[in-house]
Amino acid sequence: MREITLSQAVNEALAEEMRRDETVFIIGEDVAEAGTPFKVLSGLVEEFGTSRVVDTPIAEPGFMGIAVGAAMTGTRPVVDLMFGDFIYLVMDQLCNQAAKTHYMSGGKLSVPLVLRTNLGATRRSAAQHSQSLHALVAHIPGLKVALPSSAYEAKGLMKTAIRDNNPVVIFEDKLMYQDKAPVPEEEYLIPFGVANVLREGADITLIGTSSMVQVCAKAADILAAEGISAEVIDPRTIVPLDEAALLASARKTSRVIVVDEGHQSFGVTAEIASRINEKAFYHLDAPVLRMGAMDVPVPFSPALEDITVPTPEGVAENARKLVRGELIHAA
Amino acid sequence: MAKAPKQNAEDYLRMYRQMVRIRTFEDNANQLYLSAKMPGLTHMYSGEEAVAVGICEALRVTDKVTSTHRGHGHCVAKGADFKAMFCELLGKEEGYCRGKGGSMHIADQSNGNLGANAIVGGSMGIATGAAFSAKLLGKDDVTVCFFGDGATAQGLWYEVMNMAALWKLPVIYACENNGYSEYTRTEEIAAGSITARAEAFGIEAHQVDGQDVLAVNALTDGLVARARKGEGPFFIELKTYRYHGHHVGDINREYYRSKDEEKDWKENRDPIVRFRGWLVSEGVASEDEIEAMNAEIKEDASAAVQYALAAKYPDVSEVDMHVFTDVEHALA
Repeated sequence: MREITLSQAVNEALAEEMRRDETVFIIGEDVAEAGTPFKVLSGLVEEFGTSRVVDTPIAEPGFMGIAVGAAMTGTRPVVDLMFGDFIYLVMDQLCNQAAKTHYMSGGKLSVPLVLRTNLGATRRSAAQHSQSLHALVAHIPGLKVALPSSAYEAKGLMKTAIRDNNPVVIFEDKLMYQDKAPVPEEEYLIPFGVANVLREGADITLIGTSSMVQVCAKAADILAAEGISAEVIDPRTIVPLDEAALLASARKTSRVIVVDEGHQSFGVTAEIASRINEKAFYHLDAPVLRMGAMDVPVPFSPALEDITVPTPEGVAENARKLVRGELIHAA
Repeated sequence: MAKAPKQNAEDYLRMYRQMVRIRTFEDNANQLYLSAKMPGLTHMYSGEEAVAVGICEALRVTDKVTSTHRGHGHCVAKGADFKAMFCELLGKEEGYCRGKGGSMHIADQSNGNLGANAIVGGSMGIATGAAFSAKLLGKDDVTVCFFGDGATAQGLWYEVMNMAALWKLPVIYACENNGYSEYTRTEEIAAGSITARAEAFGIEAHQVDGQDVLAVNALTDGLVARARKGEGPFFIELKTYRYHGHHVGDINREYYRSKDEEKDWKENRDPIVRFRGWLVSEGVASEDEIEAMNAEIKEDASAAVQYALAAKYPDVSEVDMHVFTDVEHALA
């Protein structure tokens, strides 16, 4: 199978959906001729023109609000938010307007909108260009949240997101834009709410999201060399969440680590760990462990930044302790 | 009164009827609040009827409006039905939003009302987006964005006006300047001129007496026609007055405005009284005909209130419905 980058995969997904449905359009800063700073959208304006690949002023709340109104009236906007950190700027339009419109109108109005943005630290971009804020929006009823972990995932999830009639926030890992993966030439979609078991295992389950899927896969390699069999699962979407698949794995291996690049406190890892504790407690041999980003603003210095996010070695070390029966946080 | 833009009696009488329907709706809503029959509270549109009616009478059903927390007037003027409105205010299943929105989120998609909004200025993006959509889809629909003077302090307005002007979108920003930003005089929150703010983006701006329904309608008629041809966006500042407080519970308001001021607006500048006088003096309707119309509307409203009071609440199973379009029960 051919291999393409995550960036090319997203570009293909958008182009295919824009050819398929002329109500789909892209709106955001520097999306047209510039093709975004990450060059993900290069070439789209040449094919679809500036009426459907719409450059905006630097005014995130404004173009987000415009997208919400456009989505309510017959079009399917894909909003390009240059950095995930800018999501704070669009919170009212996203969480008070887009997320609630279908509900508040008793099902009469809908907002088929995609907000595509990114997450991920270790790019030496400091505290306002490095955050992973998906938990923030996953907290709000009415928003779906997709976290692609490879080029293949990015294309399939983006196409599903565009066809979804609800607001969907899709976070790409900005460090993976140039990472290649096998992506079929023929069309495919990845349904929301169906987790992907990347690797079967017997001793421990590593649940990873987005950037942390690769971290978990590498940790599983390290553990395999030591005779520990780790199962690796990518939920793909955290709203909806494939709880059944996560619980089934937890019941099978009896040990779980949840790894996510958002801040650890009140985050995705806490939510998933809690659901496993509530629903699979009697199958567990160890407490479900959370591994998120450190609860500090992302620091600039590489010496500091690199220690704020989970690493394969760190995940493997915790997995070893759980499998050995050492309670990591025992008093 | 301004020069009449409409040419026949039917149009004038419909405008009058819509204004009285708004006033009557609000009188009933206020009573429901005072008699503790309505959950929560609401914001009365009374006094501003000529704004909503003058504008909405210049629109087609497929034209869109976005409304505000003080939104009953826009909803009625865009064609809504009393029963479904009162049911919504009382949180009943037959309400426009199945009781899930209430007064501050009432929406009537069938008539192009994209909804009231409880965030001041929150619908400015939505209105501009609806206009964007019309342009992209090649429709000639126009969107009117209603908001108050208080909302002119929100940054969102300047962001979307900039884009609307850059992209020549068919949107009309209608600022209902009732003189008060909640409990604060507009002079204290607005520096400089409000119309100049729109003009700074190259947007043609107008001021009109918001108590004169014919003036509002004549101005809007012209702007809507031009917006359909791609000459938008436009801005209108409508000088008006709200008879009640910021919301129904805002009873003692002498610390921010005097009773004399309220009396002056009600006695000398009431939009319904003025239009009624014009209809009679121009021979469009007799006093008797007008009284009969008023009585009929009053009866309609009471019947709708009784209907809504007796109507069913939504079943509790609806609580997790409509969270997502494709999931019947989000928590199942």
